[in-house]
Amino acid sequence: MEKELIKLIDTTKCTACRGCQVACKQWNEMPGLKTKQWGSYQNPPDLQWNTWTLIRFQEYVSDKGAFKWLFRKDGCMHCTDAACVKVCPSGALHHTEFGTVGLNSSRCIGCKECVSACPFDIPRYNRETDKIYKCDLCYNRLRGDESPSCVKSCPTGALTIGRKDAMTKKAYARAKELGGDANVYGDKFVGGTHVLYVLDEKAKVYDNLPRDPSVPFSIIVWKDMLKPLALLAAGGVLAGSFLHYILHGPKLPDEPGPNEPGKEEKGGE
Amino acid sequence: MTNHYIDLKNSDCILIMGSNAAEHHPIAFKWILRAKEKGAKIIHVDPRYTRTSARCDYHVPLRSGTDIAFLGGMINYIVNNDKWFKDYVLNYTNASFIVGPDFTFQDGLFSGYDAQKRKYNKDTWVLEKDSKGIPKRDMSLNDPRCVFQMMKTHYSRYTLDKVSSITGVSKENLLKVYEEYSATGVKDKAGTECYALGWTHHTTGSQIIRTMSMIQLLLGNMGICGGGVNALRGEPNVQGSTDHAILYNILPGYLKMPPASLDTLDKYLEKNTPVSKDPQSANYYQNYPKFFVSFLKSMFHDKATAENGFGYSWMPKLDDGVHYSLMHLFDKMYEGKIKGLFAVGTDPAVSSPNTNKVRKALEKLDWMVGENIFNNETYSFWKGPGVDPKQVKTEVFLLPASASMEKEGSQSNSGRWVQWKYKAAEAPGDGIPVGEITIKIMAAVRALYAKEGGVHPDPILNLKWDYTDIKGRYDALKVSKQINGYFLKDTVIEDKAAGTKTEFKKGQLVPTFGMLQVDGATASGNWVMAGSFTATGENRMAKRGKDDPTGLGLYPNWSYAWPVNRRIIYNRASCDIYGKPYNPKRKLLEWVGDKWVGDVPDGPWPPQADKEKGKYPFIMKADGLGALFGPGMVEGPFPEHYEPLEGPLAKNPLSGQLINPAIEIFKSDLDKVANADAKFPYVCTTYSCTEHWCSGALTRWQAWLLEMQPELYVEIGDLLARDLGIRNGAKVRVSSIRGAVECVAMVTKRFKPFQIEGKTVHQVGLPFNYGWLFPKDGSDSTNFLTPTVGDANTFCPEYKAFMVNVQKI
Repeated sequence: MEKELIKLIDTTKCTACRGCQVACKQWNEMPGLKTKQWGSYQNPPDLQWNTWTLIRFQEYVSDKGAFKWLFRKDGCMHCTDAACVKVCPSGALHHTEFGTVGLNSSRCIGCKECVSACPFDIPRYNRETDKIYKCDLCYNRLRGDESPSCVKSCPTGALTIGRKDAMTKKAYARAKELGGDANVYGDKFVGGTHVLYVLDEKAKVYDNLPRDPSVPFSIIVWKDMLKPLALLAAGGVLAGSFLHYILHGPKLPDEPGPNEPGKEEKGGE
Repeated sequence: MTNHYIDLKNSDCILIMGSNAAEHHPIAFKWILRAKEKGAKIIHVDPRYTRTSARCDYHVPLRSGTDIAFLGGMINYIVNNDKWFKDYVLNYTNASFIVGPDFTFQDGLFSGYDAQKRKYNKDTWVLEKDSKGIPKRDMSLNDPRCVFQMMKTHYSRYTLDKVSSITGVSKENLLKVYEEYSATGVKDKAGTECYALGWTHHTTGSQIIRTMSMIQLLLGNMGICGGGVNALRGEPNVQGSTDHAILYNILPGYLKMPPASLDTLDKYLEKNTPVSKDPQSANYYQNYPKFFVSFLKSMFHDKATAENGFGYSWMPKLDDGVHYSLMHLFDKMYEGKIKGLFAVGTDPAVSSPNTNKVRKALEKLDWMVGENIFNNETYSFWKGPGVDPKQVKTEVFLLPASASMEKEGSQSNSGRWVQWKYKAAEAPGDGIPVGEITIKIMAAVRALYAKEGGVHPDPILNLKWDYTDIKGRYDALKVSKQINGYFLKDTVIEDKAAGTKTEFKKGQLVPTFGMLQVDGATASGNWVMAGSFTATGENRMAKRGKDDPTGLGLYPNWSYAWPVNRRIIYNRASCDIYGKPYNPKRKLLEWVGDKWVGDVPDGPWPPQADKEKGKYPFIMKADGLGALFGPGMVEGPFPEHYEPLEGPLAKNPLSGQLINPAIEIFKSDLDKVANADAKFPYVCTTYSCTEHWCSGALTRWQAWLLEMQPELYVEIGDLLARDLGIRNGAKVRVSSIRGAVECVAMVTKRFKPFQIEGKTVHQVGLPFNYGWLFPKDGSDSTNFLTPTVGDANTFCPEYKAFMVNVQKI
């Protein structure tokens, strides 16, 4: 793909200022929700429907007794071989011309297939809107030749974005420069991710970061091997749906959306 | 800052001490990382491992309030190991001066101390002069009474063992920092220091900074690219508040506030105008009368005449020996002696030390006027926790102000860059700029004085007060031009060196402070800002040129840097006495032919090797040289370690003097102190977090920020938490002898216990960003814990070292 992009997260330059966490909410118009101090700078404690990127704070003592405070910006890795795209029945999750995984919210039916399929535990479901949410690498900004809002906000250069080849080279050059256990994470699995990390420590050290992420085997069986069969059945499903619409009318959401007044205090899932 | 933010990238070694730069100056920290990428060593010395430590080469923990011991040990190391930059120290500092015969130092006290008044008589803190009035010098530095030898003796007491025992820093770590930092004491290396509130928030704050200045002089790091002593000042407008005198003891441009005893202009000018008999000293402050008279002219314009001392008698005067800092203000308010308060853009009910005292003091007011963009705990004190509104007589007015983005004006950053900015949005509702509120109030006050006379109406009625546009609104540009200054009559300026004469017309702007006049021909509201406009009215603060001719990041055409667009002050010290740069790779300035090339030099004079016309580089000092012996400070010419007012030790390991002998002790019934008291065994420090700003009065209303840092917490080392049985995330009570707060325990490996005088001492820390008003479950002010005590020179409160207890709830 000519336009294929990679966002590089250099954890060794991140100061955990969390400008990216806020900028993401600002651009994507996500609310700030009620939280509690739970004994950590990491807040919200995990990704949630209104939090598409999160700085994870981790106190780490190496085998040699050296103390480090590790910061890792968590969020969608934008896989080439994306489990979420494979399982999404409605086409809401899709690959964009930049190689990233876009999300067309209006097509999301809230089936949560992607939530269980994602090897990085990224998509988050909101009960109130019956939809899933995740980073789309600011697709609307990329289309306008602007960097994603997280990259734009980063003061130290920990976040950068550019053409795939150049960024991969940059990542490896940086890891080499750092030496020690520094390594590049992301290009060796799920067909290569469109978010790469330069990690200071081995991947296994980091909380919530899979060492060898892959598309679940069941999904490969169902979607890659049996999909041709499923297509045969699709005609029947469409006919059935049309009949349902004629008899019962369109499906309506049960509750008002999250952006309506008085709804912002409720936590996500 | 002696230097500026971008210049941090030019450094070879950056000591971050007294600052959490990554968290509180995240944009500035970019330049520190640039230096690191080029191979600079970045060292963080701080009680707590922070987000800054995470990005430095290494972190060295030290006990709060022991910075002078740490730095004094570095001076001892530099001197004993011959790490000092000889050419620089000999030529550019007062190391060779001879200290007066009656000056002594014994057991923690300098000569002249009056224990009753807690004050020094400085008569013996003098340097000897010859018959012509020129300082005596011993260029061999062998004279036992020379500054260098006196300094060496003073800091010989700061041995590795002693310093380690006071600070809790291991000897290995002390040596590591001392070696690494003092390696910059050579021609082609630059070391810099970044500090912030971690240094100023101490009873010894000013002297900590001075100790570092001495180190920088010894290593030849002053006035050079990548060097200097750099205060990282933040958005709370610390730079603007000192430049433009929002402090009680100075007038704009760091002119001195007159005391009552100097009751005439002549007496005042004589007292404040330094004299030097040394022909090589520029003694630039000999121009003080020009700056001050121009200031008076800006205040009173035509009403200020030579006959009436330019209106000097209309200026308010300080009572001699009395201070008027925030702490004094609340002390007097608590005594019931202050009846009204304007609290503009501030939330002292959260941010001032000793919250119990502050909030009680507010109840004694008759009235209070608040100007802010949000309500806060100060304006709502009458309905705060434990307060019965029916019992409070204070009438409170809250006027809606616009935020910084909602108005035009200038912003001053730490690097002395004054940048013009425009209004980005209209203020919501009735919000108007604070300047506009001031205009409206002053118009009403003047009308009342004009009508009724009243007590001492002259200063009010004679004030030049025409800062409105044609629609009668506050005009930021008009104010800025007044700050810059005008010629008040046609004036010919003669430049003898260049052999030119230039005529300026009445009403033209003064293009540089060198043209200010002592006879009333010029007005300037703030002499350091004279030059922020050109004579033809171009606003230099609005300049946005991106050219960088030196390649050093000076960007001379981006905004205006005071003074006279000089980007690095004392820059003549970057060259040897012949004007050749010490480090040709970072050529800040060079004497070429008959002029300086590079940054705007500290004066046009030739380098000092020219005995006839040459001048010393430190032109703002009367002697022209960097002061290793600095008698200007109230607690002594050589900084000395004293324990904080509240600490874990009953005795100062270095002397018989436990605390800073010159600090003022407040004595109200709410000013309790518990030093070395088993009931309060833990050292405590307070700080901000990246996600909130100061008292949090602005940021706690912002849902995205509150989501990240929702409520008050105390950071506790895991070993202490284990001893106390406190789990991570549990509710705890932190108390000092003055008050208590409840908050969430954050158990961490980032606080480690210290070994102090053979005993284990734990330290804990809390952010100071929370108050009861909002969020309702976010706890309350950390300053319930802090003492009313401050630095002896500045009265900046001690927020960084005091004693507490921590208990499970």
